[in-house]
Amino acid sequence: MGFFIETLIGGLMAGMLYSLVALGFVLIFKSSGVFNFAQGAMVLFAALAMARFSEWANAALGGDSLAMANLIAFVGAGGVMWFVAWAVERFVLRKLVNQEGATLLMVTLGITYVLEGVGQTLFGSEIYNINVGMPKDPVMMFESVFDGGILINKEDFIAALIAAVLVGLLTLFFQKTPVGRALRAVADDHQAALSIGIPLNRIWVIVWLVAGVVALVAGIIWGSKLGVQFSLATVAMRALPVVILGGLTSVPGAIVGGLIIGVGEKLSEVYIGPMVGGGIEIWFAYVLALIFLLFRPQGLFGEKIIDRV
Amino acid sequence: MSRQIGDVILDLQNISLRFGGVKALTDISFNIREHEVRAIIGPNGAGKSSMLNVINGVYHPQDGKILFRGQERKKMEPHMAAKQGIARTFQNIALFKGMSVLDNIMTGRTLKMKTNLLWQALWVGPARNEELVHRRKVEEIIDFLEIQHIRKTPVGRLPYGLQKRVDLGRALAMEPQILLLDEPMAGMNVEEKQDMCRFILDVNDQFGTTIVLIEHDMGVVMDISDRVVVLDYGKKIGDGLPDDVRSNPEVIRAYLGAGH
Repeated sequence: MGFFIETLIGGLMAGMLYSLVALGFVLIFKSSGVFNFAQGAMVLFAALAMARFSEWANAALGGDSLAMANLIAFVGAGGVMWFVAWAVERFVLRKLVNQEGATLLMVTLGITYVLEGVGQTLFGSEIYNINVGMPKDPVMMFESVFDGGILINKEDFIAALIAAVLVGLLTLFFQKTPVGRALRAVADDHQAALSIGIPLNRIWVIVWLVAGVVALVAGIIWGSKLGVQFSLATVAMRALPVVILGGLTSVPGAIVGGLIIGVGEKLSEVYIGPMVGGGIEIWFAYVLALIFLLFRPQGLFGEKIIDRV
Repeated sequence: MSRQIGDVILDLQNISLRFGGVKALTDISFNIREHEVRAIIGPNGAGKSSMLNVINGVYHPQDGKILFRGQERKKMEPHMAAKQGIARTFQNIALFKGMSVLDNIMTGRTLKMKTNLLWQALWVGPARNEELVHRRKVEEIIDFLEIQHIRKTPVGRLPYGLQKRVDLGRALAMEPQILLLDEPMAGMNVEEKQDMCRFILDVNDQFGTTIVLIEHDMGVVMDISDRVVVLDYGKKIGDGLPDDVRSNPEVIRAYLGAGH
C-alpha cells in the first residue's frame, strides 16, 4: 500500500510539471484561438535566459547573495519574455488577424524554430543549471501509518505548490478582472471584439506575456530539476496529450489533465509495464489522449462547440 | 416625438469600394443626420453590408471621402471607430458565446473604463470601484431590453431572437453616438420583429442615438425610418423619405423585377 501511494504521489508531482507547460498552451488558445506550438520553445528560451542571467548576476554580485542574483535574473528573464511577446505580436500576429487556425498554427511552428535558434545563439547551447535554492533532499512521511513510510521529494512538493498558486491566480485573472473578460472576448470573436473597441494588439501582447511568464516558471522548475538543455523544448510534446485530455480552453482542465497523465504514466509503468516488457511511460499519455478523443473530443472541461447548421 | 433631427453627423461622398475586379460599391454619396433613423436597403448582394463595414472602418474604400462632424476621416480601424462613438451589431451575431449575457454586455464598457490595464489586471483599488459603476449602467441596459431573466445564461444557449437582443445590448453599453445595425430583424418571427422595432425606436427616442440600419425586408424599414437609401448592384438608386422611395419606379424594379 505504501508503495502504491508513493508511486501515486510521484505521478502527481510529475503531472504538476506537465500541467505547467499545458497551462501555457491553454492560455494562448483560450484568449486568441491560436494553438501555440512554440510553448515548449518558450519554456526553453525562458529557462536559458534565467539560467544565464542568474549566472551573470551572481558573478557580478561576487557570489554573495544567490537569492538576490535569482531575483534579478527572474526580472530580467521576465523582461525578455515581454520582449518576445511584443515581437510576436508586432511582427507576426498583427499581419494575421482573422486568418485560419491552421495558418496561425504553422506560424507558431516558425516561431518555435526562431526561438530555439536565437535562444541558443544568445545564451549558448551547453547544459546549464538553475539553482533557486530548492531543497533536493527527500523526506520520509507517514512512517507511523505505513510500513516504511512514504518517500517524498521536497522539491516536487514545492513545485506543486507554486503551480497550484499560479493556477489560482490565473483563474481569478480570467474570470474576475476586466482584462480577463476582454481576453475571453477576443478569443471568441476578433471582429466583434474590435467593434466594441478592444485593442487587439495590446491584448495579444498581454496574453503572450502571461504565457511567457508561465513558461518561465515552468522553465525554472524543470530546469532546476533536470538542468537547462535543449531537450526542454520537447517537454512540450509531452504536455500535448495533457491539453487534449483536459480541454484546450480550460485552465483547471490543464491541471487535472496533467495530474491524470502524470499518475497514469507512473502507475502503468509500475503495474502494467512488467507484463509487456516496460517502456509504457513513453507512449501511455498519447494512447490515453487518443481514447479520450474518441469519447470527448472537447476534452474533460473544454467548451463543447455546437455549430448551427 | 421629442427628438429633433440635427445636423449632418456623417457625410459619405463618392464612396467606391472594390475587391480585386469586383465592384462592391460604386460612387455612393449620402449623409446621416444626428438623431435620425437612417435605413440602407436593397436586395441581396446590393452592397449594404459593405457600406456598413466602410462606415465602421472594417473596409477602406479606394475612392471617396468620409466626413465625421465635418472632419475628414483618415483611414481608420474598427476599434478607432468605436472610440469615436460608432457601435455596431452583426448580421450573423458575433457575440462571445462562452460568456454570460452580463459579461457580454460588460465588454461593451471596455472603452469607458479609465483605470489602466495594470490596475484592472491586479483587480484592486480604483478598478474595483469602477467596475461597480459600469455594472450599474449595464443593469440599466439589461432592464431596458427586458432580459433580466437570462442575465447569467451563457449566450450560446439562448434562442436566436434573444441573442440579437444581447448583441444590441452590447452595442448600447458603449453609449454610442451612431449605432449601426446589420439586419437586426433577420431570421426573426413577427413578434420578435415587433419587439426589436420597439427597442430601436426607444433607443433613438430616449438616448437620441443616431441609428443606421440595414434591412432587406422593406415593410419593417419603411415604418421606422426617417430616411431611406436604396442600393442595388453597388449603386445608389434611391434616397429620401420612405414614401418617396416606395413610389420610386427604379426601386420597385430592383425589388420586384423588370416584369412588374
